[in-house]
Amino acid sequence: MITFLNHLINGISLGSIYAIIALGYTMVYGIAKMLNFAHGDVIMVGAYVCFFAVSSFGLHPVLGLVLAILICTLLGIVIEKLAYKPLRQATSLAVLITAIGVSYFLQNAAQLLWTSNPKMFPDLFGGAAIRLFDGRLTITVGTLVTIAACIIIMVVLTLFTGKTRMGKAMRACSEDKGAAQLMGINVNRTISVTFAIGSALAAIAGVLLCSAYPSLVPTTGSMPGIKAFTAAVFGGIGSIPGALIGGVLLGIIEIFAGAYISTQLSNAIVFLVLIVVLLVRPTGLLGKQIREKV
Amino acid sequence: MLKVNNINVYYGSIHAIKDVSFEVHPGEIVTLIGANGAGKSTILQTVSGLLRSKTGSVEFLDQDLSNVPAHKIVSQGLAHVPEGRRIFLQMTVEDNLTMGAFTRPGSEFDASLADVYERFPRLKERRKQIAGTLSGGEQQMLAMGRALMSHPRLLMLDEPSMGLSPILVQQIFDIITELHKAGTTILLVEQNAQMALSVADRAYVLESGKIVLSGTGAELAESDEIKKAYLGG
Repeated sequence: MITFLNHLINGISLGSIYAIIALGYTMVYGIAKMLNFAHGDVIMVGAYVCFFAVSSFGLHPVLGLVLAILICTLLGIVIEKLAYKPLRQATSLAVLITAIGVSYFLQNAAQLLWTSNPKMFPDLFGGAAIRLFDGRLTITVGTLVTIAACIIIMVVLTLFTGKTRMGKAMRACSEDKGAAQLMGINVNRTISVTFAIGSALAAIAGVLLCSAYPSLVPTTGSMPGIKAFTAAVFGGIGSIPGALIGGVLLGIIEIFAGAYISTQLSNAIVFLVLIVVLLVRPTGLLGKQIREKV
Repeated sequence: MLKVNNINVYYGSIHAIKDVSFEVHPGEIVTLIGANGAGKSTILQTVSGLLRSKTGSVEFLDQDLSNVPAHKIVSQGLAHVPEGRRIFLQMTVEDNLTMGAFTRPGSEFDASLADVYERFPRLKERRKQIAGTLSGGEQQMLAMGRALMSHPRLLMLDEPSMGLSPILVQQIFDIITELHKAGTTILLVEQNAQMALSVADRAYVLESGKIVLSGTGAELAESDEIKKAYLGG
C-alpha cells in the first residue's frame, strides 16, 4: 500500500511536469494552429540557464529560475518571429517541418555551446523531505513544489483566459482570426504573447524536471517534450484542463507501468495508451468535436 | 464617408473584383446586391482590410485605408458584420460583446453594453449563454450587437438575412432601419434584393465582380432588368 502511494505521488509529480509542458503545446496549438515541436528544446535551454546561474555564478535558485523564465520567454518570441511568422500563410506541413528544424537547431546549438557531456543539475531543494508512516513514505519538497506549481499555473491560466481582456482576445483568435481582427485584436501580437507564455512555462518545467532527474544534456528536452505533446493530445489538444488531465494521467501511467510491468516497456506502454485513446476518442479526453461548417 | 476607387481584387489568379468604385455618404443606407458569387462579400472584406486590393484605393473619412492593418480599421469607426456572422461560438454572449468593444476605453463599456441590451433584449436574457447555443436569429443579433459595441460611424452588414425565417428577416430589417434613424450610416450587402432595395437610399448591382447598374433604391426596385434578374418578376 505504501509503495503504491509512493508510486502514485511520483506519478503525479512527473505528470505535473508533463502538464506544464503540455500547456505550452496546447496553447500554441489553440491560437496558432501549429505543433511547436521545438517546445521541448526550450525546456532544455531553460534548464541550462538555471544550471549556469546556480552552479557557475552561485545565484540563488529562485533567481536562476527567474533568469531561465526571462531568457526562454525571449527565445520563444524570437523563434516565433523568425521561424514561424513568415510562414503564416504556408501549409501546415511546411510549418511542422520548420518546427522540427528549429528543434534540431536548438539541440545542436546547445551541443556546440555546452558540449554533450552531462551536467549534474543541482538539487535546488537541498534534499529536504517529509517522512510519513515511520519514514516508509517519503515526499520530497521538490515533489510538493512541482505539484503546487502545476496547480498554481493551471488556476492562473484559467483565470487569465476566462477573465482578462487579453485572455478573452486569445480565445477569440483561437476560434476565428478574421473575426478577431474585425474586433480590432492584433492577431500577430496575440500569437507572440502565446509563445511567450508557453516558453515561460517551458522554463519552469525545465527547472522542475532537472531537479527531479538531474542529468542535463542537450537532448534533455526532447523525450519529455514528445511525452507532453502526447499528454496534450491525450487530454484533447487546445484544451487547458485537457493538458492537466492528460499530463497527470500520463505521468501516473508511466510510473506505474515502470513499477509494475517493466521499466524498459514503460515508454512503449505510455504511447500504447495514447493510441488506444485516440482510437476510441480521436479528439482526446476533453477535446471538442470539430464540426465542418456548412 | 466611404469612397472605393477602382479596386481590383484577386484570389490567386482569379480576378474577383474588377474596377469597382462606389461611395457611401454620411447618413445613407447603401446596398450592394447581386447573385451568389458576384463579389459582394469580397468587396466588404477588402474595405475592412481582411483582403487587399491589387490596385485602387479605399478611403474612409478622407483617410486612405489601403495600408492600414485590419485590426486598426475598426477603431477608425468602421465595423463589419461578416457573412455567416462569425460570432465566437465557444464564448458567452457577453464575452462576444466584450470583444466587440476591444478597441474602446473601458470607461464606456457599461453604457455601450446597456445600449446593446436595450436594442436586443434577447441578448440580455441570454448573456451568460454560450453563443453557439443561440438560434440563427439571435446569433445575427449578437453579431450586430458586437459590431455596435465599437460605436461605428459606418456599419457594414454582410447578408444579415441569410438563413433566417421571413419573420426574423423583417425583424432584422426593422433593426437596420432603427439604427439608421439613430444616425448610423449603413452599407448593406444582400441577396434578398427586394428587402434591401426597400430600405436603401441608393443601390449598386454587382455581376461577376463588376458594378453593372446603380441608382436609388426606389429606381432599381422599379427597373425591369432588376425585376427580372433578382426580384422574380
